[in-house]
Amino acid sequence: MLHYILRRSAVGLLMLLALTVLIFGMLRLAPGDPIDAYINPSVPMSASDLGALRVRLGLDQPLPVQYFAWLGAAVTGDFGYSIQRGGEPVLPLVLGRIGPTILLMFSGLLIATVAGIAAGIISAVRRNQPTDVGLSVLAFVGISSPAFLTALLGLYIFAVMLRWAPAGGMLTPGAPFSLTDLLAHLILPASLLAIGHGALIMRYMRSSLLEVLSQDYVRTARAKGVTEFWVIVKHAVRNALLPVITLIGSTIGIAIGGAIFIESIFDWPGMGLLMVNAVLRRDYPVIMCATLLTGACVIIVNLLTDIAYAAVDPRIKVA
Amino acid sequence: MQPEPILAVSGLRTVFHIAGGDVVAVRDLDLTVAAGETVALVGESGSGKSVTGLSVMGLLPRGIGRIAAGTLRLRRKSGEMVELQAIGGEALRRVRGNDIGMVFQEPLTSLNPVYTVGEQIAEPIRIHLGRSRREAWAQAVRLLEDVGIPDPARRAGQYPHELSGGMRQRATIAMALACDPALLIADEPTTALDVTIQAQILDLLARLQQERGMGMLFVTHNLGVVAEIADRVAVMYAGSIVETGSVTRVFAHPRHPYTKGLMRSVPRLGEATALKEAGTPLPTISGSVPSLVNLPPGCPFAPRCPYRIDACVSAYPPLADTGEGQLSRCIRWQEV
Ligand SMILES: Nc1ncnc2c1ncn2[C@@H]1O[C@H](COP(=O)(O)OP(=O)(O)O)[C@@H](O)[C@H]1O
Ligand SMILES: [Mg+2]
Repeated sequence: MLHYILRRSAVGLLMLLALTVLIFGMLRLAPGDPIDAYINPSVPMSASDLGALRVRLGLDQPLPVQYFAWLGAAVTGDFGYSIQRGGEPVLPLVLGRIGPTILLMFSGLLIATVAGIAAGIISAVRRNQPTDVGLSVLAFVGISSPAFLTALLGLYIFAVMLRWAPAGGMLTPGAPFSLTDLLAHLILPASLLAIGHGALIMRYMRSSLLEVLSQDYVRTARAKGVTEFWVIVKHAVRNALLPVITLIGSTIGIAIGGAIFIESIFDWPGMGLLMVNAVLRRDYPVIMCATLLTGACVIIVNLLTDIAYAAVDPRIKVA
Repeated sequence: MQPEPILAVSGLRTVFHIAGGDVVAVRDLDLTVAAGETVALVGESGSGKSVTGLSVMGLLPRGIGRIAAGTLRLRRKSGEMVELQAIGGEALRRVRGNDIGMVFQEPLTSLNPVYTVGEQIAEPIRIHLGRSRREAWAQAVRLLEDVGIPDPARRAGQYPHELSGGMRQRATIAMALACDPALLIADEPTTALDVTIQAQILDLLARLQQERGMGMLFVTHNLGVVAEIADRVAVMYAGSIVETGSVTRVFAHPRHPYTKGLMRSVPRLGEATALKEAGTPLPTISGSVPSLVNLPPGCPFAPRCPYRIDACVSAYPPLADTGEGQLSRCIRWQEV
């Protein structure tokens, strides 16, 4: 198992490296000269001064050289300085914002996974009965409503009308930190973030479990006198989880996009606003650092789902 | 007087409710299996053999299949008599895997891929006999040894995909025998296996049945297998038993045209080569199995039968006693 984890981690690292090349390349292909960002347009600059600045920033070098220079610095944690924020170092800036984003994202993912799997199981077991029909309709609504609608509607109903949860922020300003305060602020945006994903997971779990329930080994379990509860929970669910785990891993990117969107609606102090502004102002160092860290999150989650898959399915060669 | 059988089925009628009508998969079926006896249920694919086994187990697909009539009496290990069709879900669950073991056709798909073989064999021991995890595991290893798996302690810790087809079938047999059942139902246990492995599994089943003195209901479509393993045989056609009796009697003097046709289509040793050299094809029964939806009133075999007369198509023939316990559902059995 350790061997398998190490191998998967190495693959993850390679993917991360590929991601850096991709990000670097895409940003350089984008229209506009990166040097524009460094100069104040109202102060006239001579062509030779401009050339000197280019040399100082290394922009005269061929692209591969620029890439490796950037990568070398990035490995030591030096992602350069933010252009829009008057030369603040990028890494602390992004790291300060990534915590809340990760918290929101993982809470949403956790809710989506637990609720989606539970609802999928109930739906499959009660196939074609009112519970199943009700849950399936809910899932359909969850999948097909646009995220901005559910987010705004949720905010309005639960925070404004019912006042069950605060309407925004992560902590009550001025109050001392408390976990309950954090959770109170977290629950609504995380649940709203979970809707689409949870509905998708539920539908997968339902059809996967129905498929498994018609398998021979489920009949064998019944022939052994296993109770219906354990037939479902022990013999069927574990097999049915396999495709669902793959789904969770491969849709994690969607959850990140959703998190950034929810953040802007709930005034959540995460990376969302930072990234939007960075893109608008063409703040390359910030964009690259933020994208890279987000990518790293996706790769880590994929690694975790791979490990979960191997833990559930002994047929995966782990040795 | 004969001892009371382990299993006594009488008048069993199993119906599937599907779009397009009701399918009578098993019709008027009487069957007994005594302790230490092997009864073979033989017939073409779709004749209702598996449905008969599943009816006994109470494992008909829910919402589709049901027992419409008949009684299924089982003598439990404790000696208690129960009527399987009447006792209901929870009581039936206590019988399954405990008093009746079942072996299925496909050894690979019949085992759960995500649990070790030992765990799957130990499970019924824990459920029905209330043993601890440890004791059940030790018992599972002994069972694997009983069914002829070398190095059973290591094999118990392996997953089904790590075992060969023959070994998997041995493992499912160990699983069915885990609680020392009074009755073993084996549904085509060798059909999915290579010929050499088939013979080994048959020998194994015959030996285990002798050692344990259990009754065995052996489902197969292969008459060669019947001759090898069974004491008595029941031939099924379109959901009905058309002929039954001791294997020696039925094989020596088939009293139903269908049985006769089946036996003619099985080559005797050396005969296939002779037929091939002579250029004559193997005789087969012409026509095909009738649809079970809205079966015609008469004998279901009549459309394919060389002995057919008008009386055959007008009424469903009863089982006629042809002597020495051999019964035939043919009104012209004396001429067959
Ligand atoms: N799940 C099912 N749904 C509907 N009909 C079924 C089902 N299983 C069996 N049957 C019907 O019962 C008949 C007998 O099936 P079966 O007992 O499996 O045959 P076999 O003798 O090959 O084991 C089939 O021809 C079919 O008409
Ligand atoms: Mg069958």
